[in-house]
Amino acid sequence: MYQYTDFDKQFVRARAAQYRDQLERNLAGQLGDDEFRPLRLQNGWYIQRYAPMLRIAVPYGEISSAQLRVLARIAREYDRPDPELIARAQATQEALGEVPVRGGAPVRTVLKSGYGHFTTRTNVQFNWIPLARSADVMDLLASVNMHGIQTSGNTIRNITSDQQAGIAADEIADPRPFCEIMRQWSTLHPEFAFLPRKFKIAVNGAREDRAAIGWYDVGLQLLRNDAGELGFKVLVGGGMGRTPVIGTVVREFLPWDQLLNYLEAVIRVYNRWGRRDNAWKARIKILVKAEGPKFVEEVEAEYKGIVEVDGSAHTITQQEFGRVAANFVAPVLRRERTGVDAQLHAIVRADAEADPAYDRWLQQNVKEHRNPELRAVVLSFKRLGQAPGDATGDQLEAAAELAEHFSAGEARVTHEQNLLLPWVHRDDLPELWAAARKLGLAKPNIGLLTDLIACPGGDFCSLANARSLPIAEAITQRYQDADELYDIGEIDLHISGCINSCGHHHSGHIGILGVDKDGKEWYQVTLGGADGSRLSGAATPGKIIGPSFSAAEVPGVIDALLDTYREQRQALDGKPENFITTLRRVGIEPFRAAANSARFDKHAAAERQVA
Amino acid sequence: MADFIQILKAADAQLASAQEDVAALQLANDADPLSEDLAGVQRIELHFPKFSDGRAFSQAWLLRRRLGFRGDIRATGDVLVDQLVQMQRSGFSSAVLRDDQDVEIAQRQLGRYASFYQGDAIGQVPHFRRAG
Repeated sequence: MYQYTDFDKQFVRARAAQYRDQLERNLAGQLGDDEFRPLRLQNGWYIQRYAPMLRIAVPYGEISSAQLRVLARIAREYDRPDPELIARAQATQEALGEVPVRGGAPVRTVLKSGYGHFTTRTNVQFNWIPLARSADVMDLLASVNMHGIQTSGNTIRNITSDQQAGIAADEIADPRPFCEIMRQWSTLHPEFAFLPRKFKIAVNGAREDRAAIGWYDVGLQLLRNDAGELGFKVLVGGGMGRTPVIGTVVREFLPWDQLLNYLEAVIRVYNRWGRRDNAWKARIKILVKAEGPKFVEEVEAEYKGIVEVDGSAHTITQQEFGRVAANFVAPVLRRERTGVDAQLHAIVRADAEADPAYDRWLQQNVKEHRNPELRAVVLSFKRLGQAPGDATGDQLEAAAELAEHFSAGEARVTHEQNLLLPWVHRDDLPELWAAARKLGLAKPNIGLLTDLIACPGGDFCSLANARSLPIAEAITQRYQDADELYDIGEIDLHISGCINSCGHHHSGHIGILGVDKDGKEWYQVTLGGADGSRLSGAATPGKIIGPSFSAAEVPGVIDALLDTYREQRQALDGKPENFITTLRRVGIEPFRAAANSARFDKHAAAERQVA
Repeated sequence: MADFIQILKAADAQLASAQEDVAALQLANDADPLSEDLAGVQRIELHFPKFSDGRAFSQAWLLRRRLGFRGDIRATGDVLVDQLVQMQRSGFSSAVLRDDQDVEIAQRQLGRYASFYQGDAIGQVPHFRRAG
């Protein structure tokens, strides 16, 4: 992991002190709420439906045991709302109704506190910290080099990458040094703190795109040219939201040392021409779509000015690259067990290997590693009774222990809202499985249906049109049978509570989107979306399959879609083809028909279609 | 590092410009600074219609860095104390605060950070190019 220098540390502390000053001025009435708003937002403090929400940056997903422990402490000591507040919130949310589950108890909203939440942008959120305590939390975070800088606001946001960066066998080059260099460059960039809209960058360094770069304002793909030199393919103007767009390639090859100069050009052109009259049209994707080649020409002209006139101050030096890259060397891990340890290990291994759940866990949750001695292990935060990506204080603490004991003190927050341990010795797998299972973090469902993505939705977010979490919980409840889950196979199910698409519904093989009609919760279902991974194929938004469904209908619709898949699928190389392959082969129609037959009231749906 | 940005109250700025004879150019925040004729111009006034409209930061940057303009670049409009440091680093040399803003609080913001990661528009190179 990147080790903070004295400069980096004092910078984060200065930021915490600055935030304290701003909060105190706000509480003292010297800084109005309107002016405090963008300042707190630029430190990750939102005000949500019932309480403030803090979003903490986990740059490119890398997090240490020490940092996880501080998050555990924040969960326990600070994520503590006034009991009256949470009781009122609970009553309001419960009035929205239940989601039925075939053969099970209906799901209702149950609000809890004392936990953190992993997001699709590899940040961590807390939902119940009183704003008056926010400056104390920022000090605490600064003590482990964490902060909320630019996790909100119309700024350059947290940079995301491949969760298997630096360990993947198919890697062209490690993206993390570039992520870190961009993190530093973008932090409190004076020119780019009030852009037309937020700005998100994703970097992929492997052959497989595991960073969904087509979906970002800027997507960067590391590659080597014919001469063997390292550089980036640059995509601009991807994004979800109301208008899903896949990024346009604006540069087939940008030499690596020009990265910051080129980004400066892209963002300056955006700062000048991006629309500021309509928040729905303010993202760079709209500008790129409207201007096409003219946009690229202007970026190239601006880049030329930066290099030829300004003196290209931000050309990355070999020395700086070397300094940063030196932080990302693989830890040396040895496992030699002798005597009692060896005997104990033999017992644990025999126990594990006698359990079919262990085998399934090895298949689903354990990933290959560049080092044949090592494995990457995903801890599943997708289980009954807790929202996707939620981790209580105790679970965060336990995850810190696991990372420390089994993974050189490092974990990765994944965009699928789990934690990945990147440095696990293969001889430790039985011990890790046993320990993770005790904690409820060894559910062998990674990549399967219940490893679904969901935003916090209408239970928390003031932007949401509908709740995401009861839908996620109902589907999770319905698909608890491990054999059935395994039979359905790999599939991306993504749920967003509104068109802002934090739950990435556009890129789900099945996408569920909360929409609001007459103050009631409705859900639009899309099929065939893709994030760009090998399983999903080239990034593309899913297609809507008709009028929206009621919350009560959604679990039945998912059943119908999956039944259709199981009826239609064929064998491919001796294995059943997966959902997305069947969908692409047979087309959307049989799925649409099946979903429609799951409606309670077909006539009313037809009327909504007309309306 | 250049001197700190000059902080002015609107009344003082008005009084001063009535007394001095400065060739000032007012630039709307959607204008392209690269296409302006700056011959003889001593001060360029850039405008923030809302503090959250950041176009003038890029204008100042281009004037200072690309064109090497050496006169005064002044921030006007919705100018708040919490944006002064980024104004200075983007090339502004003076700022006329919105009326309700407190000069003392403004001063307190200027020395908060010893230095920053990026190079800026007023001659500072990026942190990674500095010695030590």
